[in-house]
Amino acid sequence: MCLGVPGRVVEVRGAIALVDFWGVRRETRLDVVDEPVAPGDYILNHVGFAIRKIPAEEIQETLALYDLLLQEADSDMMAADVRGEIAGARPEETGAHD
Amino acid sequence: MTELVLDRGVSELRFRDPARARALAAALEQLCKQIGHDVAVMHVCGSHEQSIAKFGLRTLLPRALNVIMGPGCPVCVTDVPEVDEAVALALDGKIIATYGDMVRVPGTSRSLADAQAEGARIEVLYSAVEAVELARDTTEEVVFFASGFETTAVATAAVVLGEVPPNFSVLSSHKYIPPVMEIVAEMPGTRIEGFLAAGHAAAITGSAIFERFVEHHRIPVVVAGFEPLDILAGLVRLVELVRDGTPQVVNMFPRCVTPEGNRNAQAQLWRVFRSTGGNWRGIAHVPNGNLRLRDEFAHVDARRRFAIDLRSLWHHAPSVLTQQCVCGDIMAGIASPKGCPLFGKECTPDTPVGACMVSNEGTCKIWYQYGGHPDL
Repeated sequence: MCLGVPGRVVEVRGAIALVDFWGVRRETRLDVVDEPVAPGDYILNHVGFAIRKIPAEEIQETLALYDLLLQEADSDMMAADVRGEIAGARPEETGAHD
Repeated sequence: MTELVLDRGVSELRFRDPARARALAAALEQLCKQIGHDVAVMHVCGSHEQSIAKFGLRTLLPRALNVIMGPGCPVCVTDVPEVDEAVALALDGKIIATYGDMVRVPGTSRSLADAQAEGARIEVLYSAVEAVELARDTTEEVVFFASGFETTAVATAAVVLGEVPPNFSVLSSHKYIPPVMEIVAEMPGTRIEGFLAAGHAAAITGSAIFERFVEHHRIPVVVAGFEPLDILAGLVRLVELVRDGTPQVVNMFPRCVTPEGNRNAQAQLWRVFRSTGGNWRGIAHVPNGNLRLRDEFAHVDARRRFAIDLRSLWHHAPSVLTQQCVCGDIMAGIASPKGCPLFGKECTPDTPVGACMVSNEGTCKIWYQYGGHPDL
C-alpha cells in the first residue's frame, strides 16, 4: 500500500533509526531519505524505509489522517493497512541479526 | 436478483472540516456546469481509491464527474507470466519471499498459495530487508519476488546496493507508473481528461516528472494527498484546469511532494534498475513500464541465475471464470466492478478470480469492502 506510516525518530544508529509509531518502537532504514534525520524528527516509513523527512510545520496535518484511521476497527481495510505498516516494521533490538 | 451482502465500511462522511468539504463539492458542481459535458478523470493509486470509497466521496461528486481508478494497484498489474516465474522457482525448491498480496494472485495454472499447498516454501514479509535476513539464516536459495511501484522499488534497490548473501536473489516485477499513464491516455474508448497523481509515489519521482506527459498529451496532472479534503481539493484544481483548457502540472500536496522529488532515492532506483517494456496484466504492453535489474546486478537477478522453466505450468488453459474477468477493462477505465458478472458472486476476497479482488489496493476488493460505487 502506498499510504506508508509516519513516525517520530527516537534514536539514529548509522543507517538505521529507531522510530516510534504511535507507541510502537521499530527500526527504519535511512538509506533512501534525502535529508539528515535526527531524534525528534518525523519520517514517513514505507516498507521499512524512511522515504521522506516530514517538515516540522507539516507534522500535525500529516498525523491527522492516521489518528482518524487508527480509531477504526481492524475490519476496516485502511486501518488494517496502517496497523500492518506499524506492526510489520522490524521490532526494536531483536538482536537476531548482526 | 439477490442482494449482495457486503462488508459495510464507514458510510457517513467524517471530515475534519465538513463545511470545507461541502464548499469543495459545490465548486465541483459549478465547474462541471461550466464545462457542460461529462468529465472523466483518473487516479492511479490504491490508497486514493480506499480513501474515496471509505469516505464515500463519490456521493458528493456531481453526476457529470466520473472519478476512475486506473492501473494503480501493483499486485493487480503483475502479469501472469511473472507469477508463473515465481511459481516455477518455488516448485523447483527455491524459497520465495514476497509481499502478502502476491501469494494469492493467479498465474496461468497456479498461484504461489497453490505452490505452497504442493509443498513449496513461501515466506510472506513486510520489507525487502527481511528477505535478506531470511537468506542469511539459511543455506537454501531465497528469491525475493519483488512487486510494487517506484516507492517500493526504491526499497528493493537499497537492499541490492547493500550487502547480500550469495543465496539471495531478486525476481523483479516492479512497475513504473509514469509510462502507463501515457498508455491509458491513448487507449481507444478511454476519454480521460485529467490525472490525479499519487502523493507518495510523487514524493520519490517529484511532480516535475509529469511535465513531459502534460506537454505530449495536453492532459492536466494534479498531485494530491490522501485525506478526503486533499482529494476533493485536488479534484477541484484538476477540473478547473479541464475547464480552462490549460493543461499543466499542479502540486496540491506540497507537504509531501517537491518538484524534483527525492533525488537520493531516484539515484538508487536507477542505479539498480532499468526500465523496459512489458505487459501489465489486463492493460497492454507498456513501453518502459517494467523495472528490471541492470546487468551490473546480474548476480542477484533470479532471471539470470536460474533457468526458469514455465512449460509445465502451461498445460492447463485458464479457467472459464478467469476468462470472464474484466479486471483489465476496469483498470483501463472502460468497465466498473459493478458491471462484472462475477463481482460479489463467484469473485469475492475469499475466492478471488481476478487480481483486482486479491489486493487491498485493487478496485474490486476496495469496492467490495466499502460497499462499492454508490448509486447516484
